Amino acid sequence: MEQNNKDLTFTLEQWEQKLEQKVLPRLPERKQEFLTHSGIPVKRVYTPLDTNDLNYVEDLGLPGEYPFTRAVQPTMYRGRLWTMRQYAGFGTAEETNKRFKYLLEQGQTGLSVAFDLPTQIGYDSDHSLSYGEVGKVGVAIDSLQDMETLFNGIPLDKVSTSMTINSPAAILLAMYIAVAEKQGVAPDKLSGTIQNDILKEYIARGTYIFPPDPSMRLVTDIFSYCSGNLPNWNSISISGYHIREAGATAVQEIAFTIANGIAYVEAAIKSGLKVDEFAPRLSFFFNAHLNFFEEIAKFRAARRIWAKIMKERFGAKDPKSQMLRFHTQTAGCTLTAQQPDTNIMRVAFQALSAVLGGTQSLHTNSRDEALALPSEDSVLIALRTQQVIAYETGVTDTVDPLGGSYFIETLTNQVEKAAMEYISKIESMGGAVRAIEEGFQQMEIQDSAYNYQMEIESGERVVIGVNKYQIEEKASLNLLKVDPVVEENQKNKLKVLKEQRNQSDVDRTLARLKNAAGGSDNLMPHILEAVRAYATLGEICDVLREVFGEYQQRAIF
Amino acid sequence: MSRPIRILIAKPGLDGHDRGAKVIAQAFRNAGMEVIYTGLRQTPEQIVQAAIQEDVDVIALSCLSGAHSYLFPKIMDLLRAEEIDDIMVLGGGVIPEDDIPFLKESGIVEVFGPGTPTKTMVDFIQKNVRH
Repeated sequence: MEQNNKDLTFTLEQWEQKLEQKVLPRLPERKQEFLTHSGIPVKRVYTPLDTNDLNYVEDLGLPGEYPFTRAVQPTMYRGRLWTMRQYAGFGTAEETNKRFKYLLEQGQTGLSVAFDLPTQIGYDSDHSLSYGEVGKVGVAIDSLQDMETLFNGIPLDKVSTSMTINSPAAILLAMYIAVAEKQGVAPDKLSGTIQNDILKEYIARGTYIFPPDPSMRLVTDIFSYCSGNLPNWNSISISGYHIREAGATAVQEIAFTIANGIAYVEAAIKSGLKVDEFAPRLSFFFNAHLNFFEEIAKFRAARRIWAKIMKERFGAKDPKSQMLRFHTQTAGCTLTAQQPDTNIMRVAFQALSAVLGGTQSLHTNSRDEALALPSEDSVLIALRTQQVIAYETGVTDTVDPLGGSYFIETLTNQVEKAAMEYISKIESMGGAVRAIEEGFQQMEIQDSAYNYQMEIESGERVVIGVNKYQIEEKASLNLLKVDPVVEENQKNKLKVLKEQRNQSDVDRTLARLKNAAGGSDNLMPHILEAVRAYATLGEICDVLREVFGEYQQRAIF
Repeated sequence: MSRPIRILIAKPGLDGHDRGAKVIAQAFRNAGMEVIYTGLRQTPEQIVQAAIQEDVDVIALSCLSGAHSYLFPKIMDLLRAEEIDDIMVLGGGVIPEDDIPFLKESGIVEVFGPGTPTKTMVDFIQKNVRH
């Protein structure tokens, strides 16, 4: 080994010298410095000298074993492919129900519900702030009735469903449980994920309702309820996706996400839960961006960091508590409105990085998403992209195929180190919640976003079709449009519901909820009662707003 | 030029995507303009009130939720109701080409789609602002 290293060091030096003297003067490299998206310098070549310090068993381990750097599962895609899960939802529950059935027929293996903004922010479709937004970025859900329509004819014991909902997560989860009851499916047969990640809403995504403290209580109430009643349900999806979309680098993405994860674990322990009771059901959600190898290194580094934190800091004993399982979506922010078909290639490379990084489920974006919600044709291409990777390329035949690459292992170490520096910094500020209140993560992300844009404008960062190889083009894609009549229909449905339901049940359950919100009971059972009585999402949120108050964002830039 | 151009960057509706709004806020400020940013979730009424109070020359609206066809014209109606015709209103976000003629008819001077360099917007404002 020693001798090998000496020989290699000598050979490498000679090689570098030759390059400097003979090759580079004649054939200079394209750039002075090559950097990853996070600004990590990329060397000309990597050799065993770069990975000499790596202790295989401690730092990498075997697939499915601590620290899970290589994979959370021993056989990975040789056993079962990732879940192909396209995020979908628009207009009414009827239309989205049709899109779900179409996707399932095309071979999709899980559902993922996109809700419209009024639903995400806890307003009914007839609220004045909902005007113009109903059914636009997702499906409009006002009451259990809409949820029944959304999953009509879809057996909830057979599909797994992911719901992108945060502030009102408890309400939508309660509705899902209630729909299952009506189908005769018991809660313990349900599998899926509720996003339930409020902290990244303050940092990046913007659909908060309540201030941090009561929001964290709602999060841990869900943890506790799920651990007792929904053993196959992921009680949170701690999300870096939106942090990245807002402009963060790969390092910032995993650092801020894991710091949020630490905050949730601490809150849950403080609320009286034991770590191994809830931690096995924590899941994550990351972005697959363009810098191919750094993305793969990022996924691997995230797994190692989380495993160490859960084991060493929180004393988690169950290996499932130490495993970072994640969903991935390709990077919406890298899609261009110019030459949109080019996006198909961007998505394919990003999806490949997620698979090489060991994702558990994947959404591939559609080519037209810089312009509108995706059309059915575009969604099909996106799904087919995953299927080509899964069935044709052979990348699924061995676990972590890039493990051991001098470059990938070095980059994994570097991403881990840089992320740990951020995590320590956030800890020193008092943790993720306090840092958010000071605007720390928000400012860091904003700086990265601004720099990224300036790099594009200076031409330093090439975006095909935007700052290089532009062409004159006319709009040719057939874009999806949400009919404005959706809003009227939704309001009418709501009106009829309010006339037909038993109002005294609604009043009674809402009064109980209010009472519980003022105390310290788990709110899930109370919300479930209100949902069963067909209290609307807006009514339930209004009760909670009254008790909890509302969060005011500091507009900093 | 008597004073720097004053510009209000506003996020109407419930949309939480503020990356673009914040990037252009910084770019406009670096170009010497005075920038006021409303933050998220502003009603058309709040935006018009802020524009009046801050005495701005330009309102730049950002919307990525698809609600632009309702929100942008509503803001133009409110400005007209206040008899304000010397504020240039611009739009940006995820806005399909087909919707642009309607927005312009409602009084939006220009719509800048995804991929527009900040410099294009800065130049446009400096050239066209009445001030």
